[in-house]
Amino acid sequence: MSTLPNETLVEMQRRMLRIRRFDERASKMVKRGQIPGTVHTSIGQEAQVVGATMALGDDDYMSGNHRSHGHPIGKGSPLGPLMAELVGKATGVCGGKGGSLHLADFNVGSLGESGIVGSSIPIATGAALSSKVLDNGRVALAFFGDGAANQGCLYESMNMAGVWDLPVIYLCENNQYALSTPAHTVTSGVIAERAAGFGMPGVRVEDGQDVLKVYEAVSAAVENARSGGGPTLVEVITYRYNEHSEGLRLGTDYRDALERESWVGRDPILSFRKHLVDSGVATEDEMDQLEIDVLAEVEEAFEFSQESPFPEPEVAFLDLYTDNPIGAHA
Amino acid sequence: MTTTMTMAKALNAGLRAAMEADPKVLMMGEDVGKLGGVFRITDGLQKDFGEDRVIDTPLAESAILGTAVGLAMRGYRPVCEIQFDGFVYPAYDQIVSQVAKIHFRSRGRMPMPIVIRIPFGGGIGAVEHHSESPEAQFAHTAGLKVVACSHPTDAYWMIQQAIAADDPVVFLEPKRQYHGEKAEVDTEATPPPLFTSRTVREGSDLTLLAYGPTVRLCRDAALAASEEGRSLEVIDLRTLSPLDLEPVFASVRRTGHAVVVHEAARSLGMGSEIAARIQQECFYALEAPVLRVAGFDTPYPPSRIEEEYLPDLDRVLDAVDRSLAY
Repeated sequence: MSTLPNETLVEMQRRMLRIRRFDERASKMVKRGQIPGTVHTSIGQEAQVVGATMALGDDDYMSGNHRSHGHPIGKGSPLGPLMAELVGKATGVCGGKGGSLHLADFNVGSLGESGIVGSSIPIATGAALSSKVLDNGRVALAFFGDGAANQGCLYESMNMAGVWDLPVIYLCENNQYALSTPAHTVTSGVIAERAAGFGMPGVRVEDGQDVLKVYEAVSAAVENARSGGGPTLVEVITYRYNEHSEGLRLGTDYRDALERESWVGRDPILSFRKHLVDSGVATEDEMDQLEIDVLAEVEEAFEFSQESPFPEPEVAFLDLYTDNPIGAHA
Repeated sequence: MTTTMTMAKALNAGLRAAMEADPKVLMMGEDVGKLGGVFRITDGLQKDFGEDRVIDTPLAESAILGTAVGLAMRGYRPVCEIQFDGFVYPAYDQIVSQVAKIHFRSRGRMPMPIVIRIPFGGGIGAVEHHSESPEAQFAHTAGLKVVACSHPTDAYWMIQQAIAADDPVVFLEPKRQYHGEKAEVDTEATPPPLFTSRTVREGSDLTLLAYGPTVRLCRDAALAASEEGRSLEVIDLRTLSPLDLEPVFASVRRTGHAVVVHEAARSLGMGSEIAARIQQECFYALEAPVLRVAGFDTPYPPSRIEEEYLPDLDRVLDAVDRSLAY
């Protein structure tokens, strides 16, 4: 990893910070009623997100899930249209019709997200099939959680990818809880080891809070896929700091307070900052400036989301079909 | 004994009573055990009845329903919670291809006493896939029964009756009312049979037909209309498959006007079937076409504009005006 240029390393930190500050802001906006409904934040999982997204090339595809604010940010999306989408503005990446569950910036290779757990996994597989047929070298990566690891469509997809040697990476973001359910109580065996049954490599990144470890594992999988080696299942162990979704009041502790504290104690952003400074990649001052820059970016995105117009309600009738033949509704 | 309950509490009490009454009753679903469900409907049940009877399942809706079929074949009465309406589709294959057909296919030897609880409908400001009204898709499937509660008292009794029924029941719970209006629930009363509709307000000028979340809306509409001197009858359909329409026909023969109100999209929704049956049975009594007030024929919109999508007082009263002016 020492071969990575300094600017790439700093960019990793920048994107992790963007995700953290963006989601902190979004969380606040939900609580203040500035975002309708709820959002699912990636706070705590930034290393896992950025390590994976930065291992992809600009032309590569990714598909997300319900916790997908971080994915487009990690792949380089500007923050303004993402924030505007959360608020439901016309300038949002989905014109305000998607919201938090569809922060789908198609400009950065996103294939979209979905609140239906597991449902975007076959979609990434289809994109990978197109890459194989077109022989264009584009890799697809499906993000899904430990909950989705128990949905059948993952295994339907892995079988296809295995038998057809598709350039796809199945990236399990194992944050150890499906809403309130601890993964170990509903998951048989080790997720990464399930790859063996499909004849593909299975890799487990035990320290998913280390962005370089995630980057290394996913880069190897991407390289393998791009060179015709077929799919890989990568399981990354990580942790979400916040509730399953913002504002969700479950009124019960399904997670041990000490457990959360111990994960917060190995914060991916703080540790990577220390690593960058200790290894001479950046100075403390430069890191402070980076924090200031990112905060300003998020503030600008917030302003953009506030100044942007809401879509007209009639827009709800547009785009259902290519020819929009929705008639009068008497 | 009378207790004041929200719908959520009433469902919880009804589930508890069903589990006490029959050791073959099981709960299964995502987060239903230790947590007690995201809406807290199964709160405390795992603690009191154990992990073998209140089962925290993996996040795998198809397998939840499929294993419920196997349990039902061996004499159990599984009650499956689908966390949100929009999450039912991974289980749709099991529900339509297996649950609905096994009794028929086994020539009556294999009953499927499964209850599929689905929090449904909008109005809680939720994100996509969390506000849908899939009732017509299940009511269209022969072999399933479909009911919707609209009130804490009904919730308490209907869930117990659904569990006691020997056929599979899709049990729709209007999630926006879980923690809303409270009611005095008499837990020793004799409830009406499950598969019956009920007149919740008598009137003589027009018949409003509703179920689940729109019953409250239609009661409010009838109240508002009464201030304008109009007398609206409100019928809570309660059962969507089978439909219990005799009381509806009797009402429409008196009023000559009918308006069906539901949150689900209008085209091929429950209102379409109900309107067809009314015109067939009450043709000479009708003084106006049966009108439908419904969601629009689009995906459920972002929650910021859901109030524009959902039937509201204005839209119901407007339909009432149009029907009466016909």
